[in-house]
Amino acid sequence: MAAFALSACSTDTPQSVLQPQGEFARKADALWDITFAIAIAVFVVVQGLLLYAIFRYRHKPGREAAQFHGNTRLEIAMTIIPALILLGLAVPTVATVFDLAAEPTGADVIHISVEGRQFWWRYDYTDLDIVTANELHIPTGQPIDLSIEGYDVNHSFWVPRLGGTQDVVPGRTSRLTLEADDPGTYLGQCKEFCGLSHSNMNLRVIAHDPGDFEQWVSDQQEPAAAPSDSLAAEGAELFVNGAADAQFAGGPSCASCHAIEGLDGAVGIIGPNLTHFAARNTFAGAIFQNNESNLRAWLANPPERKPGSQMPNLQLTTGQIDALVAYLQTLE
Amino acid sequence: MATAVAPQQGGLFARPTAKTGWWSWMTTVDHKKIGILYGVTAFFFFIVGGVEALLIRAQLATPNGEVLSPAVYNQLFTMHGLTMIFFVVIPMGTALMNFLLPLMIGARDVAFPRLNAFSYWVFLSAGLFMYSAFLLGGAPDGGWFGYAPLSLDPVTDGMTYYSLGLQIAGIASLAGAINFIVTIINMRAPGMTLMRMPVFVWMTLITSFLLLFAVPVIGVALWELMFDRLFGANFFDPAAGADPLLWQHLFWLFGHPEVYIMILPAMGIVSEVLPAFSRKPLFGYPAIVFSGAAIAFMGWGVWAHHMFAAGLGPVANSAFALSTMFIAVPTGVKIFNWIGTIWGGSVRLTTPFLFSAGFVSMFIIGGLSGVTHSIVPHDAQQTDTYYVVGHLHYVLFGGSIFGLFSGIYYWWPKVFGRLLSEKIGKFHFLLMLVGFNLTFMPFHILGLLGMPRRQYYFPANRGFEVWNLLASIGAFTIAVSILVFLYNVAVSRKKGEAAGADPWDARTLEWMTTSPPPEHNFDAIPVVRHRDDFWYRKYITTPEGESARVFAGGAASDEEQHSSEAASDEPPSSSAEGASDREPNTAGAAPPESSSEERPHAGASAEEQGHGIHLPSPSYFPLLTAAGMPVIGYGFIYSPILLAAGAVMLLVGAFGWVLEPPAEEA
Repeated sequence: MAAFALSACSTDTPQSVLQPQGEFARKADALWDITFAIAIAVFVVVQGLLLYAIFRYRHKPGREAAQFHGNTRLEIAMTIIPALILLGLAVPTVATVFDLAAEPTGADVIHISVEGRQFWWRYDYTDLDIVTANELHIPTGQPIDLSIEGYDVNHSFWVPRLGGTQDVVPGRTSRLTLEADDPGTYLGQCKEFCGLSHSNMNLRVIAHDPGDFEQWVSDQQEPAAAPSDSLAAEGAELFVNGAADAQFAGGPSCASCHAIEGLDGAVGIIGPNLTHFAARNTFAGAIFQNNESNLRAWLANPPERKPGSQMPNLQLTTGQIDALVAYLQTLE
Repeated sequence: MATAVAPQQGGLFARPTAKTGWWSWMTTVDHKKIGILYGVTAFFFFIVGGVEALLIRAQLATPNGEVLSPAVYNQLFTMHGLTMIFFVVIPMGTALMNFLLPLMIGARDVAFPRLNAFSYWVFLSAGLFMYSAFLLGGAPDGGWFGYAPLSLDPVTDGMTYYSLGLQIAGIASLAGAINFIVTIINMRAPGMTLMRMPVFVWMTLITSFLLLFAVPVIGVALWELMFDRLFGANFFDPAAGADPLLWQHLFWLFGHPEVYIMILPAMGIVSEVLPAFSRKPLFGYPAIVFSGAAIAFMGWGVWAHHMFAAGLGPVANSAFALSTMFIAVPTGVKIFNWIGTIWGGSVRLTTPFLFSAGFVSMFIIGGLSGVTHSIVPHDAQQTDTYYVVGHLHYVLFGGSIFGLFSGIYYWWPKVFGRLLSEKIGKFHFLLMLVGFNLTFMPFHILGLLGMPRRQYYFPANRGFEVWNLLASIGAFTIAVSILVFLYNVAVSRKKGEAAGADPWDARTLEWMTTSPPPEHNFDAIPVVRHRDDFWYRKYITTPEGESARVFAGGAASDEEQHSSEAASDEPPSSSAEGASDREPNTAGAAPPESSSEERPHAGASAEEQGHGIHLPSPSYFPLLTAAGMPVIGYGFIYSPILLAAGAVMLLVGAFGWVLEPPAEEA
């Protein structure tokens, strides 16, 4: 078991809860360390007693079983001792529960509203006027106050190395505090079964030094630039108005679901806000690297790439995909 | 099966008369036959649920597995959970209870034999109904926990099958629970006080009370889910202002007692097996009984530990953390008492003993990992990961299934009259123990490395590969061990050694009668003077605290009761033994002479007709009534005509049940 655990730590395990990288994950981990040590000790003692009893008293010719029915003192002792051990665990547990539940205070606390949807994450930086998806950018070294909002079905927001889990329950708002020690990318994913693409509902937290975070904020607050080349401009047109051909006349356009700040008419709220889409490393629930070939494959048939995707197959032509990809790639 | 007097023939509601063949099984009300039906059916579902598990493990053996589509995967993990819980562990426990309960308390049958048959047929109907969904558009795919509002998703009828099928299964559980409670309270042999009952009977009683109170809770939730799905009610729809946490509370308020419903019977089995093979009385019998009751009672106050991540707030989370921690105390008491039972004994390492020791051993691990769930801040990390999957399998497989196999090996000779092979049995145990740990120990590590549950694939480069591969190898090892068990069964059926009445030199009343027991169980109802009464008919305790055989001729294995039901390979000895030398070592039921007052109808043919003892007659109506239920279920989904047809079946069945004549009516 110990060898298992050691070898497990030596490999690359980006979602391990045993390697906390922030204040709140560390508090949980500290409790785990105590509990695990006690559990191993209890296991060794009790399992040892069991095996000892079996082999010490196994049948041999001439052995007679001692006929006793119990031992009141021993029975009381073995009720009280486990209760005391558990009491010892209960005290720090309850203390930490209240500690973690405390809402962070102070002027510099960043409040972010997190919404889990089938099958992606929507982040609304309420004080900074930024809406983004799947990749949560935070500054290091300060508590982030997440307000977890329900939308369609149950989900669960989880970034193992930074903190615990908070279920997303439709109709309810819960909260969770995260903090990262160092800059870096921390993987997470939806943990509550939410349908066909539950497995494809990943997320990442990207922690920046506070200075870099300021820069990211100001970049994000800019509206999207108007496209300069003609193919991209065609893509923008397509994005808002849909295809002009008969098949899509009056049908859905990208803008029915997606918003892009700075693009007139693109104000949809069903899908991710794409204002700075090209600045994201991943898309579609953080499962695909954001590059041209993945984007093409995605636009050609989203439900095939991601089962149960709310984004339908729009039967786009290759030319339409060319234009849309060109436009999306300008959205730095 | 034999009846006292030939049933009245003719008439609309005549009772069936088949004694062998298909009809005898379909109309039986004999608790032993029903027990066998339960056991065989539960084992069939065990194979089905196991195949589902193997498909899941095949999919997850390698990263980005492509064996199953996500839609199929979701159906399989949902049905695996539902099957193993509702159609394997609970009914396998019920099988043993059915067969053994009357024998262990010295009764001739359960209190309501037709209700007992009804329970079985309803259970079977529920299972077939649920599985028919695979052929009719898609099985339930929202998880066994069926969280709303995902469970309201109308894409397939799967979750409608879930809501209806589990309601049907719940009716079976309720009927069975009431039957067992009444039987235990009213039908114990003279002298069998509550505190002389075998622990398995105690655990049956406690489990039955848990079912009686827990099933209505899920019944309400399922009823509401059914209304949401079929009639657009808004019990769980957040868009209409409902709070989906209502479902979670109702589900887990049932769901956690359910865990104890699955583990307590296994604890009862272990509490029978360990004393028998340690040749010692159970250590701390009252403590074991009362800790069982304490677990059942406290089990009602821990449900929200399934919801630590749901955002109930620090006060609720702390309260449920404490209750979850302290339910470990009575559980620990049991483990220490089992070790105390072995301590100082003369331990025979038979297959049933090994499975029981395996149970205790694996349950220690499952219990300790259970305690780690009460550490709320860390539970938030491990909840919904494979860590929890590992924990629950240590409790329900390492616990319940090992316990049930212990019971199967222990009572097999009683049920079928032949021994299972010890050699093959030990191989089965070893293979299953290794396969089990190889499968489920890596799950703990996977969870801690951050692999969530219910994922139809896992990505590469997260450190998950090797543990998943090991788990898959382990799963197939378990499958091989089950094949070994089936081979053992086949060998035993073909050329197994005849068991005799008491092959293990055991302690409780069921070993006093023949193997398999006659339809009427005991020629004369034994009078109970001790806990472990049968043991004290065979042995006395010397002042030095050792046991000594009371009378050399009293060895029960030498005893055969005269009975037409004795297995053919086991020629019944004559009942020539006199009554005079029977006390106090009545190692076996008293000879027929002493039971004359029980034979009001004794006639010329009484001897081959169960000694003239009144036994309930078979009936068609439990089956008919039960079969109406899935038809009603289909009716809700597909057509009012089916609904009406099912209702007619149910009503005709119920009226037939009431109006059919007692068999011995002149």
